[in-house]
Formats: sequence, C-alpha cells, structure tokens
Amino acid sequence: MIYDVIVIGGGPAGLYAAAAACGNGAKNVLVLERDGETGGILQQCIHSGFGLHMFRAELTGPEYAERALEMLTNTGIEIKTNTMVLSISEDRTVTAINDHDGFMELKANAIVLCTGCRERTGGAIGLAGSRPAGVFTAGAAQRLINIDGYMVGRRVCILGSGDIGLIMARRMALEGAKVEAVFELMPYSGGLRRNIAQCLDDFGIPLFLSHTVTAVEGRERVEGVWVSQVDSDLKPIPGTEKLWECDTLLLSVGLIPENELPQAAGIEMDTRMGGLIVYENRETSIPGIFAAGNAVHVHDLADFASAEASIAGQAAAVFNTDKGDSNLKTVNIVAGDGVSYTVPQKIRPDNIEGAIHVHGIHFDAKCDIFFRIRSNYEDAVIEVHSESEVLEIKRGHMTPGEMARISLSKEFIKNSDNITIKVVNKC
Amino acid sequence: MLEFTCVVCPWGCSLIVESENISGYSCSRGLAYAKNEQTDPRRDISGTVRVTGAAHPVIPVKTSSPIPKDLLLDAAELLRKTSISAPIKTGDVIIANMLGTGIDFIAARSIEAV
Ligand SMILES: Cc1cc2nc3c(=O)[nH]c(=O)nc-3n(C[C@H](O)[C@H](O)[C@H](O)COP(=O)(O)OP(=O)(O)OC[C@H]3O[C@@H](n4cnc5c(N)ncnc54)[C@H](O)[C@@H]3O)c2cc1C
Ligand code: SF4
Repeated sequence: MIYDVIVIGGGPAGLYAAAAACGNGAKNVLVLERDGETGGILQQCIHSGFGLHMFRAELTGPEYAERALEMLTNTGIEIKTNTMVLSISEDRTVTAINDHDGFMELKANAIVLCTGCRERTGGAIGLAGSRPAGVFTAGAAQRLINIDGYMVGRRVCILGSGDIGLIMARRMALEGAKVEAVFELMPYSGGLRRNIAQCLDDFGIPLFLSHTVTAVEGRERVEGVWVSQVDSDLKPIPGTEKLWECDTLLLSVGLIPENELPQAAGIEMDTRMGGLIVYENRETSIPGIFAAGNAVHVHDLADFASAEASIAGQAAAVFNTDKGDSNLKTVNIVAGDGVSYTVPQKIRPDNIEGAIHVHGIHFDAKCDIFFRIRSNYEDAVIEVHSESEVLEIKRGHMTPGEMARISLSKEFIKNSDNITIKVVNKC
Repeated sequence: MLEFTCVVCPWGCSLIVESENISGYSCSRGLAYAKNEQTDPRRDISGTVRVTGAAHPVIPVKTSSPIPKDLLLDAAELLRKTSISAPIKTGDVIIANMLGTGIDFIAARSIEAV
C-alpha cells in the first residue's frame, strides 16, 4: 500500500499537518511518533500560555496537545506511537521500527517532516570543568519533573534566560528548590518580559545579564559553578569570576531543529539556524517532501508551528494529485542587514493563491515571511527591497527573541528574482 | 510611580501606576490586572500531583482561576502532598477550595487507568 501522506512526528505540527492533509482530500494519512503518546514537547510544558490564536483560550501544553489530538477523531487518520523513524529517502520511502510491527518500509506519495527541535548541550557551548551529575538541559529537567515526577535538584543555578530557562526557574522554586540565580550571556534576556516578571521577580530570583558560567565544580555531584561577567565581545572579564554554590546547573542555551533524517536524505539545509530550506508551501528541496514546525526553524509559539503545519499538510495533500511544475519561477528571499534568516527562503509566486472576496471584502493574494533579527531595536524600520521598489514598514520595538512577520503581496514578489529584507533603526 | 509588567497575556505590556492614574495597558484585562496588583495580587500556577494506576507517575494540574500571590508556595506544597488515582479527565477537580480560597486545582490532561 502507498500512503497518500506520511507525517513524521506527532507534536502539534504533526497533528495539524495530518488534519490539514486529511481536510484537503488525502485519504490514507499516517502519523509516526517515537514517544508513547502524541503532543510532542507540549506534554512537558505544563504552564499556561498556549493556544491563544488557535483555541482562543490560554491553555497548558498538555491541554493543547489533547485538543489537537481530538481534532483527528473520526478522520480515519492512523497514528502509530512508540514508532521511531529511521530514514526517509528521495523516492519517499520511510523506514521505521516499533515493538508491534517490527521493521517497516513504508511508501508515501508525500511526506511531512514534523520532528521538532532539540536542545543545545553544555558540550555545544564549550563548558569547562569536570562532568559531575547535576548538569541538565532545562528541557530534560522539565521532562523529568513534569512527566517522570523526578525532582532534579535542591539548589539550582540556571544558565540562559530564554523562556525555557525562566519557566524552569519558577518550576524549581515551586517544587521547593532554592534557585540561586539565572545568568545570561547577552546584555538582554531572550525570554518574554512576562516570564521575567512572573517566573523570576515573583520568587525573588536574581537575573544577571552579561554573565556566563565558565566552569563546573564538583566530582560526583555539582558543588558549584564559576560565573564571570563578560565584555561586549562576550568574553569573560578576568577578575570578575565568582563561585556560586549549588548542586544543579540547568542549561537553557538554545534550540536547534532536529535534522538527522532530512540531512541523511540529502535535503538542502539552512546552515544559519540548522533548519531546512523551504518554499512558500513548506516543500523542501526534494519534491513531495514537506516540513513544518520546529523542524524547519524554532517557533516561539505552538500556534505558529501548527499554522505552518497546516500549510505543509495542505500542500502535501495537493501533491497527491498535482505534482506541481518544476519550472516555476522562484524568487529568493535574502536575509539582509540585521536579519539572521527568513522562512520561507524561496517563493514561487505562481503558487500563491489568488486574491479572494469574502463578505464583499477584498483580500490580496499574499505570502507571509517570518524572520529573526540579530539585535534589539527601539525604533525599527523593516525595509523590503525588490528589484524595482522598496517597502518600508515601521515596527517600533523589536527583539531577537520574538519572531517577526511581514506579509507581501503576490504582485510585489513576482517581478523580482531576489527580495532582500533588512532592519534598520529609524534616525 | 510604579512600573511593572502585565502578565495576563504574552504581550507583556509595561503598566505604569501613578497614584490614581494607570497607563500602559492595551486592553481591559490589563487595566484590571494593574488595579488588582495594588490591592490583591494574584497569579495562575501549574504543577503536578502523584497519580497511581496510570502510564505516568504524575499528572499536571492548574488553578481554576488566579490565587493570591502569597499563597503560591503553600499551594505548591499542597500539591506535593496530594495523590490521586487514574482515570482522570481534563477539567476534573483535583483539590477543591484550595487553602480556603474558593479556587480549585483542576486536571490539565486526561489520563487512562492501566
Ligand atoms: C519549555 C518550553 C516552553 C514553551 N512555552 C510556550 C508557550 O508558553 N506558548 C507557546 O505557544 N509555545 C511555547 N513553546 C513552543 C512550542 O512548544 C513549540 O513551538 C511546539 O511544541 C513545536 O511543535 P513541533 O510539533 O514542531 O515540535 P515538537 O512538539 O517537538 O514535536 C516533535 C515530535 O516529533 C517526534 N519525533 C522526532 N523525531 C522523530 C523520529 N525520528 N521518529 C518519530 N518521531 C519523531 C518527537 O518525539 C516529538 O513528539 C515552548 C517550548 C518549550 C520547549
Ligand atoms: S495589557 Fe492586555 S495586551 Fe497588554 S499584556 Fe496585559 S492583557 Fe496583554
């Protein structure tokens, strides 16, 4: 049997991709998930803050996961949990393994990769010192506490002030640990201001900006961490080092897309953020293989991962009947000054759906472009350069921690070969 | 003058309170939060409780509405002492009228009995 669509990964992106594929005419849709249940990273994110867009309610991660799964009831979509995907190939063969079916070789007309992301580890940031027990990535600690019910430490230091680090600071404090401090290498926090207020300030946990952990002390268990202030080049300043006693160090030092499967299949990668290069419909460099969610780039909100997956799932369904024209004009979206990367990186204007009229209102044919900026701006202007015109969009405050989005019309995109997006400070 | 961050939604507006004058909010929920923060600060929290007879040893719970901020640690302590048994449905009341607040801890997921 050949599946119409196989979705790899059953997090929010995978569930939404499957629903969209099914809703757009795909018949045999299969979701493969290596964990014992669907929901992905959401199952361990027990705090509220999910689903404001999709469900118009502020849900916890597990509630979001449950609603996303409920969406698939009575659709006929097949879900295999405890199933690890081992490889995908250009001819859209998927190999996978589980206890029940053993080794499987599955064929699909279209594949959607929704494998999410993983955390950077201490090794990835070159942490010096011994390797005692008590050093965890923040996400691993979150899983241990919130799913496995295992408390990871009593006296905690946290490196990295992105949302995961902040959320874990509060979680550990609520579980009765003493959270000594959060250290952040950059001169600003990458986390939401709301999380600084409700996760640190509420519990009296100090945040040290422009500080980093340089070494870990302790033989069997962590006994402390050495922390230094850093200069404007992010280098530790000699003489500022201080030993913080603790038994646990949590690392919240960034996420990177999970990309072994596409890499081995020869899919074109975006080295800037470790994700994938995709077209407007989230097709990768291999026709019929699509990708969405944190596997493409790290999304701030589950809702955005789900929305992207709806695009990919729909395109995968369409690919069953219409393989598309491989000679369509392609416009490159270039990350200019101040911009670290964009998604999509390539747009085929002919694939952007036509203008529509709903209730007498005219909507232009548009394509959304997501991008991250490199530093903070107080009075930002986004400049979009096509070959013949420049659009200027005023945005005020912008930070690297928040994904930026612009919407460009088909008319604007179609007349160029390259479109460059820049961010400048208004003078 | 008092300046603090609204935590009601992910926007995190900067609220400014100058005696009777409140500014910086972008919606009515933010205004209500700014007022409350002066007299009766409250927060939502999530946590876990032990569950027996299920595929996982713990299940997530959350407050049914925000609880007084100075009860956060007591509420968390209460969760650590609580154990329930599967099956549980999302929204089930796990601890009713917690610490006499009239607010409940409710289940944030369903879990089957195994
Ligand atoms: C600590 C934390 C806090 C967050 N807070 C918020 C918040 O407050 N609000 C919000 O909206 N968003 C938040 N997010 C972001 C949100 O959770 C993610 O954007 C979203 O879950 C990404 O969905 P995904 O489906 O792409 O990836 P995931 O949820 O990671 O799902 C990927 C799935 O793929 C599976 N998989 C991977 N490889 C394979 C393989 N080879 N074979 C089979 N299966 C595989 C994995 O097991 C996993 O289930 C937070 C994230 C974290 C980590
Ligand atoms: S004021 Fe309104 S929009 Fe701003 S953070 Fe509070 S709830 Fe959100």
